[in-house]
Amino acid sequence: MEAALDVTLARQVPNAEVLQTIVLSVPSIVCGNCIRSVENALRALRGVVAARANLTTKRVSVVVDPSRTSTIDLTTALERAGFPAAPLVDNSDTDQAARTSELIPRAGVAGFAAANIMLLSVSVWSGQASDMDGSVKDLFHWLSALIALPAVAYAGQPFFKSAFAALRSRRLNMDVPISLGVLLATAMSLFQTMRSSEQIYFDAAVTLLFFLLIGRVLDERMRTKARGAAENLIGLRATNATLVEPDQTTKAVPASSLKPGMVIAVAAGERVAGDGEVISGRSEIDESLISGETRPRAVSIGDSVYAGTTNCGGSLRVRITAAEDNTLLSEIGRMMLAAEQSRGRYVRLADRASQIYAPAVHVLGLLTFIVWMALGAPWDQSLTHAIAVLIITCPCALALAVPAVQVAAMSRLFNKGVIVKAPDGLERLAEIDCVVFDKTGTLTTGELRLKTSDDVDTVALGRAGSIAAASKHPYAQALTKAARAEGIRIQAVDGVEEIPGSGLLTNSAGFEEKVGSAAWVGARGRNTSIWYAAEGRPAVGFDFIDEPRTDAAACVSELRQAGYLVGLLSGDRREAVAQTAASCGIEDWTAEVRPDQKLQVIEALKARGYKSLMVGDGLNDAPALAAGHASLSPASAIDIAQNAADAVFQGEILRPVIETLAVAKAARRLALQNFGIAILYNSVFVPLAMAGYVTPLIAALAMSGSSITVTANALRLRSMTLPLPNVGT
Amino acid sequence: MTSLAWLIPAALTLGMMGLAAFLWALRSGQFDDLEGAKWRAISDDNDRLAMSERSPADDV
Repeated sequence: MEAALDVTLARQVPNAEVLQTIVLSVPSIVCGNCIRSVENALRALRGVVAARANLTTKRVSVVVDPSRTSTIDLTTALERAGFPAAPLVDNSDTDQAARTSELIPRAGVAGFAAANIMLLSVSVWSGQASDMDGSVKDLFHWLSALIALPAVAYAGQPFFKSAFAALRSRRLNMDVPISLGVLLATAMSLFQTMRSSEQIYFDAAVTLLFFLLIGRVLDERMRTKARGAAENLIGLRATNATLVEPDQTTKAVPASSLKPGMVIAVAAGERVAGDGEVISGRSEIDESLISGETRPRAVSIGDSVYAGTTNCGGSLRVRITAAEDNTLLSEIGRMMLAAEQSRGRYVRLADRASQIYAPAVHVLGLLTFIVWMALGAPWDQSLTHAIAVLIITCPCALALAVPAVQVAAMSRLFNKGVIVKAPDGLERLAEIDCVVFDKTGTLTTGELRLKTSDDVDTVALGRAGSIAAASKHPYAQALTKAARAEGIRIQAVDGVEEIPGSGLLTNSAGFEEKVGSAAWVGARGRNTSIWYAAEGRPAVGFDFIDEPRTDAAACVSELRQAGYLVGLLSGDRREAVAQTAASCGIEDWTAEVRPDQKLQVIEALKARGYKSLMVGDGLNDAPALAAGHASLSPASAIDIAQNAADAVFQGEILRPVIETLAVAKAARRLALQNFGIAILYNSVFVPLAMAGYVTPLIAALAMSGSSITVTANALRLRSMTLPLPNVGT
Repeated sequence: MTSLAWLIPAALTLGMMGLAAFLWALRSGQFDDLEGAKWRAISDDNDRLAMSERSPADDV
């Protein structure tokens, strides 16, 4: 599409060779008006030659003159128009997209060839009983060969390549029997055509390719869609940074363009764009995505801050540091790399099946040939029967058994807001018998809420909430929200001074009022999060908790009832974790764990024979996510966690975790059923083929019949109601 | 039977034309945004109009 756009524009614009195409992800495009607003907002910019929004992928491709505009201008313009946008991190999916776009024309050619050859074949089959003479039959066979040979050579390439690669590395995959069946059937049919015989299987070979290509196209498509959605999610989290030039002027740049030594300004409420060291300012940093700790950490000059954390207090200047070997990120990266290797050894269901299936088919074919030869049949007749066995056991149903189910399962989950990214993710999810949750942002919403009790001092809360409205600190915002929830009207308070690391101070009512930490306010005693103190009166404390998601307790009890081992691993303080564990009904919890300890817990579970599902959102969960047998992340997770997870779920509730497990288990059940159907079909037709009773007509019917049955069975997954099955069933 | 001599080539040619049309449509991006296409049909402005809005010289 972009290519076509470029060509038309090149005619209108001089020096078109300097133009550049930028692709932005704009997830909030949802309707026709959005297309218009987005395109018009972009076209109004200087240096933008053309813009075209894609509603399906929620992306915009913009042709720009790089000397007059840049990506950052485009994203700021879109943000002003109400469409948060982000440049795609890198075009890692071009490879994937290329594969899909290569598969569709092949499927088209195979479809054309299959239809035309079938037309000729049906004429021959029905002509057998009527007046068609031998010469016309031969003509039809030659015409079929003429269509089939180039079609097989072109449409079969993905299978041949994959089979060749597998054989070269001394493995067997499903493409080996497919390629062998197609090539032998085509070659033998050509040979039989020359001898004007009846055993012509061109239609079977091409129809097989057509069915399989459709399956592959759908599979790749679903995967590209899921990957695109996952990239869009992550793209939005990659924020812009405010670069401070040596002459103290500031400029917005994409976070990805930051280099060590650069200085950025981080305003209150902003996300820190890169790892670095604070060079001026004092503030508090919300590191819940990094450490799981809900309480913000005070930082001042010389402290390190990490990308993905949020600045809650005053503004900061941060010097970006190089990703040295001893930074938290690189350590996490090393742990993840080691942990992911074990997962790479997982062998997929279809490949496991083909390891049994492929040798069995080939042995049967060979056996047929030997037995017929031993019975005294001529070599060419024996070979024909042997090849008929290969065609009739054609792995059509077997090769569709898993992909059809996967596509149905992935699209069902996609509609529920769960994006399955890993190709073998669903299969691993189906084997889970133990679920380990992270606390902050996973079991909990990651937002602070006032701990409700009957004796809340509403006057103090109202006053404190009004003062806190001036601040972006998470506790302050929670306080304001709590006051509103109690039905108190928030008044604007003038002259609120924010003292980073301590609290808020105002004299607007004629006396000093403080909202802040216990030590600063002058209160002592209980472990209360935020205090309000008016001059001359005793201080009032407010407790905050990071509340569990509304259905967390229900989901945990459902998982436990189904026999899952449920655990909680958190980097947060002991008492906070104990509280969440108690309210969710989790008995098995560990607090104050570091990322490497999370990894150890997962490894220990593995050693005990458990297949654990890790659900987490933070950088500290990333190694555990990579090590778990399967892993899930909420969409609010840090990008590293999302990348490590097999699937990402969206929304405020925890229910998608159960839905994912239920669908994955149902998918495996249906895949096994499909294998059963394929085996049943083979056990009827293989003996017929070995005995020499199979004609091209029977082969064509059997193949289509089994493929359709298997696909229809897989599609049941879309409408089934799925309770969570018990572990081990 | 002689009618086959022109019926079969005619059928194949028609089929090939369909295939060629499909491949052309695929290459030129007709299937890239199936969701957006239905909205664009009822949208008033198009690429050309939007572009002329931008440059004052074209408004004269």
